[in-house]
Parts: sequence; C-alpha cells; structure tokens
Amino acid sequence: MAGQHIVASFDEELGRIDRLIRDMGDLAQAMLTAATQSLLDNDVPLAQRVISDDVVMDARQRELDERAIALIAKRQPMAQDLRAVVGAIRMASDLERIGDLAKNISKRVSAVGSGTMQRKLSHSIDTMAQMVGKQLAGVIDNYVARNPNELVTLRADDENIDVQYTAVFRELLTYMMEDPRNITACTHLLFCAKNLERIGDHATNIAENAYYVMVGQQLPLHRPKLDETSISGGQA
Amino acid sequence: MTHNQETETAAMNMSSSQFVQDQLNASEPRSNEMKTRVIAKDVNVFYGAKQALFDVSVNVPDKAVIAFIGPSGCGKSTFLRCLNRMNDTIEGCRVEGEIRLDGQDVYDPKIDVVELRARVGMVFQKPNPFPKSIFENVAYGPKIHGLASNKTELEEIVVTSLKKAGLFEEVKDRLREPGTGLSGGQQQRLCIARAIAVSPEVILMDEPCSALDPIATAKIEELIDELRANFTIAIVTHSMQQAARVSQRTAFFHLGVLVEEGPTEQIFTAPSDKRTQDYVTGRFG
Repeated sequence: MAGQHIVASFDEELGRIDRLIRDMGDLAQAMLTAATQSLLDNDVPLAQRVISDDVVMDARQRELDERAIALIAKRQPMAQDLRAVVGAIRMASDLERIGDLAKNISKRVSAVGSGTMQRKLSHSIDTMAQMVGKQLAGVIDNYVARNPNELVTLRADDENIDVQYTAVFRELLTYMMEDPRNITACTHLLFCAKNLERIGDHATNIAENAYYVMVGQQLPLHRPKLDETSISGGQA
Repeated sequence: MTHNQETETAAMNMSSSQFVQDQLNASEPRSNEMKTRVIAKDVNVFYGAKQALFDVSVNVPDKAVIAFIGPSGCGKSTFLRCLNRMNDTIEGCRVEGEIRLDGQDVYDPKIDVVELRARVGMVFQKPNPFPKSIFENVAYGPKIHGLASNKTELEEIVVTSLKKAGLFEEVKDRLREPGTGLSGGQQQRLCIARAIAVSPEVILMDEPCSALDPIATAKIEELIDELRANFTIAIVTHSMQQAARVSQRTAFFHLGVLVEEGPTEQIFTAPSDKRTQDYVTGRFG
C-alpha cells in the first residue's frame, strides 16, 4: 500500500508507521489475552506483566505520533497516504486505550481475590472476554491483510459483545443480590466487564478508521446498539 | 446539569448537526445553483501533426477557482490557453471542439479576439510588467479599451485595481516609478492589477507563483481567495498543496486527457481514478 513513491524514503517512513500500528495491534491482543487469563486464574504475576506492558504501549503510541507528525510536516501526504497517516494516529490512540483498559482489568485481579466463589464468578465473563479477543484479533488481522469488507462485518459484530455485556451485568447483579459478601468481587468484575465492552468499542473504532484508510469513504454513522444496561440499570 | 448547560449543549448539538448537514449539502453536486461561466466540450488541440489534447470536456463554475494539475506536458497549460485563444499565436496550432464563454462560442470567427482577451485576462508564470511606470502598467488596458472617459476616472480605475490586487499600500508613493523596479511578488501582483483593470470575467493564471518566494506566494494565494468573490479563476499550478489551498474544483490532466475533475477536497483526499491517486501522492511524475 505504501510502496512505489518517487522518493523512496517516503515509502520507508509510511512503512515504519504501518509497522508500529501492527506492533501495537499485536501488543494490544497479547495484553488483552494476558489480562483475561490473569483474572480467570487469579495469576498476579501475569497481571503485573500486563501492567508493565502498558508502558511499552504508551511509548509506541508516542513514537507513532511523532513519526506521523514529522511525516506530515516533511511530505505533505495526499489521498491514500494522508488517510493512512491520519488513520494511524487515530488507530494508535484506540490501541493505546485498549492497553489502558487491559491494564485496568489486571489491576483488579488481586482485589477480586482467589476464593473458589470468586473464581466461579470470574468465569461469567470468560465468554465475553473470548468474544472481545476474537473481535480485536479480527480487526487487526483484516487491517494487516487490507480486507475492508471483512471490517464492515466485524463492525456489526460488536453488537453481540454488547448483548453479552448486558447478560454479564444481569448475572453479576443476581450474585450480588444472592449474597452481599459477593458485592466487592462482583463490582470489580463488573468494571472488568465494562472494560471489555469498551475494548470492543475501540476495536470497532479501529475497524471504521481502517476502512476509511483503505476505501476513502466513511462508514455510515448509525450502527445498532444493544447495550441495555444504561436503560435497565436504572430500573433494577 | 443545570438548565443553562442543557440549553448550551442543545445549541451545540444543533449547530454541529447543522454543520454536518452543510457538509453533506456541500458534497452534493451543485450544478443547479452554481452558475457555469465557461463550458468546454470535446476540445482537441493539435500542434502540427501532434495531438496535445484529447476530447477535453469541463465546466468552469462562476465565481470559483478551478485548478488544473498534472505532470509537465500533460496539456493543462495548452487547455488554459485555449480559453482566451492564446494558442492562436502559436504557428501550426489547431483547436477543435467547442468552448463557450457565457454561452458565446469563443472560436466564432466573428469574435473580436482583443475584446475576448479583455474578458478573459491572463497572468503568466514570470511577472511581465511593461517597461513603463506602475501607473501606466495598470492604466494601459482601460485606456485602449476606452473604459475611462477622463483622467480622474482612469486614476480611479488604477487605484481600485491596485487595491484589489493588494498592492496599493506598498506602491502609492511611487506610482510614477517603473514597474520593473518592484520585487518579483510585487511585479506579479502588478500584473494581476493590470489584468483586473479591464474588469474581466475570467482570469487565467499559468503557474503564477512558481517564480516567487513563499511569502510572495502566500500573498498571491490570499489575493486569489479574495478575487474569487468577483471573478472566475482558472489556475495552472505544479504545487499540489497550492491547488488544494486555493481552488474549489480541481482537474487532473495526464497525457493530453482530462482524467478526473471534481471538488478539490475529493481529488486530494479520495480521488477515484488510479492515475490521479498516483500523481497526487507522488508515485509518478
């Protein structure tokens, strides 16, 4: 996509930005997997690793921002090059947020605790975590493989994550009503579920930006939203 | 949220949705409301046996800037020069097809070419003031076209033209000094003042900034933006950024063919033709 500029160093600079996005995408996936795993297994050292990985993620985002701004200043990119650079800045900020949210899940691992009850509760968000992981991997893979049409499908899939989030929300609520001693752990898990749901939203943003980078047209604004917790939460 | 905040937010939402609406409207083809000043249809140009332009059809909208871009030898200057029949002066040059200015056939044998060139003024790559005073440079056109009945009127035209060209403040104390004594950027603005002194409908600019430094270029670009209110401007430029900055529509020429013409934003952010894309991104020269 970047290739064949008259000025070869322009290609190199665009390629470098593209590689940073791929690296950040890989890191975001690794952080999400590790964060989920550390939560499910109550693995505190693994959670610590996610927290330290976030420093790397932040550094990559800063590097990408600097390179993108320098490229705009030096090359005044046009058309697909301009879309690639601006899209990269946006995607990097979504990836960086995914890193933050994964870190936040890891930070809650010790607070959720390691009792058998807690472990049983943690598993309520296992399915959701898997869905989000698949979503993020799909978006990154299709950005790398330049499949805009696949991205449109994935964007619509975020709906399923929202539905699952609503289900987790209700389930955790039930545990809390059953036994007030569950409230602390469940509240932390609820935040974890919300974080996962937000990661899904960021993956959707990345899909939209990647689509624009490749096609040059914005996807329509409206995408059905099925997160009912904001409505039913008030009634519960 | 207080009531005031709510109202403010509502107002912001409204204005932002209004903005979106405006943007949407702007991207719609506005051929109905945008008057067309020049219509070119199936224009073919030959230099002797060599064909330089192939079936070029383009509409130049009124009171807007259209930029012609493309690699050297693509025919953009040739096309520009067809619009006021500057190609007539080139031996062996033949123009076929139709070019209409306000509905009138530019190549009608009955048309007065001198009068046509007053209606379609031109500014060239290198500033070319007459070796006369600043005043005389601007006054020459109105004089020969009989646009002023007395000295006061002529002076008025000169002052107004220099003001419109953004040059008056810099030269008002030395109107009798030679135009060739000005700096390059000033000379180019003097040439623009000379072109607008005869109240043209269309101004053609053939790389008007390529001999100027960035500051003089910025001044010309600012001037083009102001002149747009009263004139139709067609500009040939090698600077893609300049085309993106000054024009509302952009036409890309390649090997004598008009490849793509459309709203400037679209040409520079998401062109539809591969050749346009390669050219504006610097993939071929």
